[in-house]
Amino acid sequence: MNDVRARRAVVAGHAQFADGMLSAVRQIVGDAGTLVGVTNSGASGEEIERRLRDALADSGASVIFTDLPAGSCTMAARRLQRADPSLTVVVGANVPAILDFVMGEDAEAGALASRAVDRGRTALVLVQPPTPR
Amino acid sequence: MPIELYRIDDRLIHGQVVVGWGQPLDLQRIILVDDEVAASEWEQELYRMGVPPEMDVHFLDVATAAAQLPALQRDLARSIVLVGSVATMAALVADSGNTVPTINLGGVHHAAGRTQRMRYVFLTDDEEQQLRALASRGVTITAQDVPAARPIPLEQVLDGRGDG
Repeated sequence: MNDVRARRAVVAGHAQFADGMLSAVRQIVGDAGTLVGVTNSGASGEEIERRLRDALADSGASVIFTDLPAGSCTMAARRLQRADPSLTVVVGANVPAILDFVMGEDAEAGALASRAVDRGRTALVLVQPPTPR
Repeated sequence: MPIELYRIDDRLIHGQVVVGWGQPLDLQRIILVDDEVAASEWEQELYRMGVPPEMDVHFLDVATAAAQLPALQRDLARSIVLVGSVATMAALVADSGNTVPTINLGGVHHAAGRTQRMRYVFLTDDEEQQLRALASRGVTITAQDVPAARPIPLEQVLDGRGDG
């Protein structure tokens, strides 16, 4: 694996979305230590922005994964990205995308995020029932 | 009724509005009333990107919204009027000649000077008085974050019995 700093990210979303994502990653690969979770629960837009800013500062991450395009975490992340264009924001995160990010080999967080988006998009499929023989 | 909901929500456009209310009400339009957003193209673009392409968004300042409200109420597009604060809704109601029949308290979150009334409703004393004044003019005010939740009458919210 590459330098752990590149694989640091904040996962943010509704209710327990981030906890669930971190829990899934922890169960699958044994460690979610490069991820920090943020919830929007009980928070105004300003408060969500503060939570994200604190999580980025505390973790040293430069990537934010969010759950929903219209979500308040996405809105707050995009406000932060406006102030800091080096911040990468990934919207519509799923487990395959986040797993790919934390297991990635690239040395740069933006490249890891870009690959994770491809992986997450590819992993979303409609599974057809088997054809009866 | 073309305007399905008059909502106070300090997050403005977000998941509960676009998906939670948007889909069951089959909303065609969001009328976002906020002086700051109406003056900022960047803010408008931010919110527009959170809305599905089939849903229209109008960004209006309070004065324009108040002037256009009667026409918007006659329009057939299923709409939600969305404001970010009690003060903005109070101004809209007053400036439009009391044409707002109902108000949905959807999210007024913790901030300095506010005390908690419900899980998602925190109010200052001034905001409480503004809501009481609106109710006394005949506006029906309930708290309800999502359609599946029970609407809570204002008096219960102010008494702190909304989450009970």
